[in-house]
Amino acid sequence: MNSQALTIAGKTFESRLFVGTGKYASGETMRDSLAASGSQLVTMAMRRVQLEGQRDNILDFLPRDRYHLLPNTSGVRDAKEAIFAAELAREALCTNWLKLEIHPDPKYLLPDPVETLKAAEALVHAGFIVLPYVHADPVVCKKLEDVGVAAVMPLGAPIGSNQGLETRRFLEIIVAQSSVPVVVDAGLGVPSHGAEAMELGADAVLVNTALATAGDPIRMGIAFKLAVEAGRLAYESGRGRASHEAIASSPLTAFLDQ
Amino acid sequence: MSFLDTFKQLSWEDCKSSIASKTAADVERALARPKGSLTLNDFQSLISPAATAYLEQMAALSHALTVERFGYTQQLYAPLYLSNVCSNVCTYCGFSATNKIPRKVLSEPEIIRELEAVKALGMDHILFVTGEANLRVGVPYLKRAFELAREQFSSISMEVQPMDRAGYETLISAGLSSVLVYQETYNRDTYATHHLKGMKSNFDYRLETPDRLGLAGIKKIGLGALYGLDDWRADTLFVAAHLRYLEQTYWKTKYSLSFPRIRPHEGDFQPMSVMSDRDLVQVICAYRMLSPEVELSLSTRETEVFRDHAYKLGITSMSAGSKTNPGGYVVDPQTLEQFEISDERSPAAVARMLRRGGYEVVWKDWDSTYDSFRPSRCESLTSKT
Repeated sequence: MNSQALTIAGKTFESRLFVGTGKYASGETMRDSLAASGSQLVTMAMRRVQLEGQRDNILDFLPRDRYHLLPNTSGVRDAKEAIFAAELAREALCTNWLKLEIHPDPKYLLPDPVETLKAAEALVHAGFIVLPYVHADPVVCKKLEDVGVAAVMPLGAPIGSNQGLETRRFLEIIVAQSSVPVVVDAGLGVPSHGAEAMELGADAVLVNTALATAGDPIRMGIAFKLAVEAGRLAYESGRGRASHEAIASSPLTAFLDQ
Repeated sequence: MSFLDTFKQLSWEDCKSSIASKTAADVERALARPKGSLTLNDFQSLISPAATAYLEQMAALSHALTVERFGYTQQLYAPLYLSNVCSNVCTYCGFSATNKIPRKVLSEPEIIRELEAVKALGMDHILFVTGEANLRVGVPYLKRAFELAREQFSSISMEVQPMDRAGYETLISAGLSSVLVYQETYNRDTYATHHLKGMKSNFDYRLETPDRLGLAGIKKIGLGALYGLDDWRADTLFVAAHLRYLEQTYWKTKYSLSFPRIRPHEGDFQPMSVMSDRDLVQVICAYRMLSPEVELSLSTRETEVFRDHAYKLGITSMSAGSKTNPGGYVVDPQTLEQFEISDERSPAAVARMLRRGGYEVVWKDWDSTYDSFRPSRCESLTSKT
């Protein structure tokens, strides 16, 4: 059984699992892991893409007929650098899709909401389809929506931390009030984290470290694929109400109706 | 405020005895700390003699933390020596002003030839190195070198004489992204006995250099001590204290650490304390546990055998194919080297070794387009895709 497809900026994705390309032991391992994950959207850091010469180029392992490319601005520290990186990505990859990430703090790599909002507005104005990486801040997400981003990508936990949905309460608010797709990005360490994000109503998740640094990145790709599908099906099925008290399946007051 | 204020609160002898007094229980407490929560007191335990019994456990933790943060990757870079002219007199250095050796400052055409040779090795990150010659190899000379390198290299670092903030700002706007400045030793008295003349004899000016770099807005600062000048454990603690101060003060800057060590019977200089391979592994693992995100760099000073094993224990970048003399790649390979290389393999051979070990080589990890250089140079790729 297939879950509903996801559409972002007019582009439809059967798979709701988005993946990154960093930290893999080799291009071949990355290629096989990505294929196993069934993902159709792949993000890559423009700072790692070789534009001259072809030595060990990430792009060689990413056939364009299989993957929709989402270049990212990872490594930039402010809106100005992000805009340069975006322009490079658009020229080099012939795409106006962009994952906007600005983290001035190299320790925890947390996104800068002020610079992200500023850059998002400028990039949308310049014709980019912007998917910003942000803290799980419902107000910032709505403000980004107001300036015209195509989706928001709030974090579950710091990048690469594999800690899961530490921001769950705020993700629930973002999902509840967002008019654009919500992609939970960063911190998802095991498939059950991906399933949890999908169950609470996220439109997609993005995973990198959990696949790239797994003992077997290929089998982990399959595991995430199944978990994301299961989470989405559960969400679409409508879960039963959670309650702290037991609710007897033979109610105590049933005799009143007899 | 600068690190000098913090430094003045620290006593070399107290630090030494505090490290020596650590027990197995202290080490176990440090090992049990959650990631990124180690205090400098915990760090003392990890570099103490008591921790040597826990080296295997430290190596496993360091490896896991490094993979989590950096993945199975290793970045390669090469140094390019621009000049061996130096006005400093330092007891341990081949470029010391009193050494009667032929001196050379690369001319512009020579820099271009050397850059091309390093590029042909596959390198995209380059490190400029010079002695200290403020008139001939000052900011204007270096600025020109950056302009030449920017054409071909994504990221340019330098290891040259300390400068004032304005000098750094000028070079940052010319393409400088990272500066390595090692204090050599944090023991002020020992420092004085090894840095006899020249600007480098000013301990405080050197100590405050990373502060000036942080204020200038540099992307990355490299720290380290030259092991062999004094007690390696105490110097390691001071490097860690310096790192922690800088991480908190200049929070947008990245940091890297190096661990050059003077081995016995290398040239005329005999180290005061010898750091064994085992000691160096302990330092690498302790640094990684203190800071999961700091970059740790291993140079060709180390032997092939050591590098082939140690790179998995926390290292994130390695030099390869290095020449440590000006013109060493093609222009004038016979000039005197600053120090002797131990691992003489080519970058391609080092890359093969890394791949065999299950690591991907990162040649490029920045793009000068982000710095507003080379705004349009994507035609080759556009036509391919």
